[in-house]
Amino acid sequence: MKKYATFLWDCWRLSFVGDWRYHLWMTILTLLALTGLYAYCQQFVYGLVTTGMTDQVSWGLYIANFTYLVGLAAAAAMLVIPVYIYRNMHLHDVVIFGELLAVAVIIMCLLFVMADLGRPDRFMHLLWRFNFPISMLTWDVIALNGYLVLNLHICGYLIYCAYCGRKPSPKFYVPFVFVAIVWAVSIHTVTAFLYVGLGGRPFWNSAIIAPRFLASAFAAGPAFIILTLQIVRRVTSHQVSDDALLTLRRIVQVAMIINLFLLVCEVFTEFYTDSAHVASARYLYFGLHGRNALVPWIWTAVAMNVAATSLLVLPASRGLGVLNVACLLAIVAIWIEKGMGLIVPAFVPTPLGEVVEYFPTVHELAICVGIWAFGLLLYTIFVRISVPVLAGELTYEKRFGKPNEAVPGEGVRLP
Amino acid sequence: MKHAESQKPESSKPEVTRRGFFAQGMAAVAGASAVAAAMSPLRHLTSGDIPTLEEFFQKHYKEMTAEDKEQVFNRIRTAVGKRYRTEVNLADPPPMDGVEFVYGLNLSRCIGCRKCVHACVAENNQSRAPEIQYIRVLEMEKGSIDVETSDHHYDPPLVPNPDKYYMPVQCHQCADPPCVKVCPVEATWQEPDGITVIDYDWCIGCRYCEAACPYWARRFNFTEPEIPADQLNPNMSYLSNRPRQKGVMEKCTYCLHRTRVGRMPACLEVCPTGSRKFGNVLDPDSEVAYILKHKRVYVLKEEVGTIPRFFYYFDERGSRYAEPIAPADVGGDA
Ligand code: SF4
Ligand code: SF4
Repeated sequence: MKKYATFLWDCWRLSFVGDWRYHLWMTILTLLALTGLYAYCQQFVYGLVTTGMTDQVSWGLYIANFTYLVGLAAAAAMLVIPVYIYRNMHLHDVVIFGELLAVAVIIMCLLFVMADLGRPDRFMHLLWRFNFPISMLTWDVIALNGYLVLNLHICGYLIYCAYCGRKPSPKFYVPFVFVAIVWAVSIHTVTAFLYVGLGGRPFWNSAIIAPRFLASAFAAGPAFIILTLQIVRRVTSHQVSDDALLTLRRIVQVAMIINLFLLVCEVFTEFYTDSAHVASARYLYFGLHGRNALVPWIWTAVAMNVAATSLLVLPASRGLGVLNVACLLAIVAIWIEKGMGLIVPAFVPTPLGEVVEYFPTVHELAICVGIWAFGLLLYTIFVRISVPVLAGELTYEKRFGKPNEAVPGEGVRLP
Repeated sequence: MKHAESQKPESSKPEVTRRGFFAQGMAAVAGASAVAAAMSPLRHLTSGDIPTLEEFFQKHYKEMTAEDKEQVFNRIRTAVGKRYRTEVNLADPPPMDGVEFVYGLNLSRCIGCRKCVHACVAENNQSRAPEIQYIRVLEMEKGSIDVETSDHHYDPPLVPNPDKYYMPVQCHQCADPPCVKVCPVEATWQEPDGITVIDYDWCIGCRYCEAACPYWARRFNFTEPEIPADQLNPNMSYLSNRPRQKGVMEKCTYCLHRTRVGRMPACLEVCPTGSRKFGNVLDPDSEVAYILKHKRVYVLKEEVGTIPRFFYYFDERGSRYAEPIAPADVGGDA
């Protein structure tokens, strides 16, 4: 117990140690997060009028970001599968970064949901009267929190073992890794069902949403990790082989192609049939009754998607420069497509045919940026702690001198 | 690595530690004040915004015993009475046995005057600023019944426009309500008489039900609702028209505080053309049962499959428009 407390205390202290770049980065993130907190407190006082949401478009940027991030969170699974199932060793030493990312991202998801609630002070009602299994939202609550706990356990266990200088025992984490893989698929599927199950919203009421969701997550997640790993290997002593990055590239490549294919299927079904269902899709791609706020966004996303996919299939993307550009394009394209492109148009036109557009307010943007900053802050701290600990540079023994030496003032013998 | 240095036993370098301690102290103070500054908007919270222990632990409507209810209702009576400086008559009429309410609307007669819209706002204590309305009257193109060709914001000096017809839409009290299915906390449910209600004290404001409703019948309190004290309707019930709070959902309840005690909904009473018919569909002698049996009936979005308890019907002899009249105040149209 004491050892665990020391571990937590060391983690806490370690997160304040770094060079000036680290401090600058952390300060900027903290300031952004605090600005978000400020905007949130205003929203808490005055209500959701501070956002651009209306009765017509009743979900906006918060749910859009939430949707995107759920996809990103499954990145961990994408990395874990090849290692544990196919024994692809390139990835082994990077898996932990994927899982840490999942932890940070799920926390962001939960924050976005909290930010979206009109009565956050009543969240306890979720525990007291839970409409399970009828409401898909309750499934999502279980899926997300379960995934958070699983990943926290896996990462926490591995890092704590390294800290204690012992070898992790497979039976304490391998079964959880397998559960987490299945669970990762469930979090997107359940999140997609959240929307798909609504008969009154034809734009969502389509079976292709869940597979598209998976495909885009399989692309955006590993793309994000490719970029993160390069930063990690530049600023820390952690070694990441190019092979690991190229394995990830292959995952992104295939996922992007499938994603694009599914997009074509969807667009064809909507526009060739040209039924009443097409109104939302028409609003998204071409505008409706002269309202076209989303048109530039979605075409940017389409262009970026196509560019990223083309780059990824070319051999040139084996070079890291090109690969990074492709990953960045894919991440942004999918953010637009899964966020603005999936959530907002379902509300335009309303079920009664009214066209009201949604424009996020500065408040809303500040809260979104704040949550992103907070998530990045968490992730930076996680990486900051895990790199030296996993490298064996910081262990319990080193902290208190040599092994088998009585710790002064503690009266405990270390193994 | 830097951190290795900082892990050295503290006694070995006292000055550094003291300086480090001072710097850490400063940083902690700066951090704490930054957080305090970020949270400063909270000082605008009024006492009503923070739930009391009693409110925090208030049970779900269906779990309350008779005593619990009395206690809660008394609290609400006092709070609402104090806020609006009036005597409040808060009741909780139960659904009647053998009654299932159904609403019919005559599309041949409705002239789109929006009197129902405003009578509803007055009856049900909706917020006036911003104004929340449960009924939306669509001005429809003749020759089409597609809501996407409708005009929601028509504003002529006189109605009806002879080239149009009018279709008011409000909650359809679906028999298979998607709004109830999706609510994660069961804050909204269907009563035995077919009315879907919301426990405003239980709703967490996730707006999932609003996304699920195919009739766009739900309204959310994006901010603290405002009702001038002299416009409050003091005859209210827990599940229908008592004043709502910020951050919760609301919707039409077929005026259950009136209809469960034998009166008609406010929108029906005010309608100058008699386009609205309301009653118990289980009673074969009721008007609605007669209309359903004998008239041409149209169910909006029947294909969505929610089985509405609200239907539209037509007069066989065509339209019976009354003399043109001035519409009710349309300025506050949301
Ligand atoms: S019309 Fe909408 S709010 Fe009313 S019962 Fe049906 S789904 Fe629910
Ligand atoms: S807004 Fe309220 S009533 Fe609607 S689904 Fe959420 S908790 Fe239930």
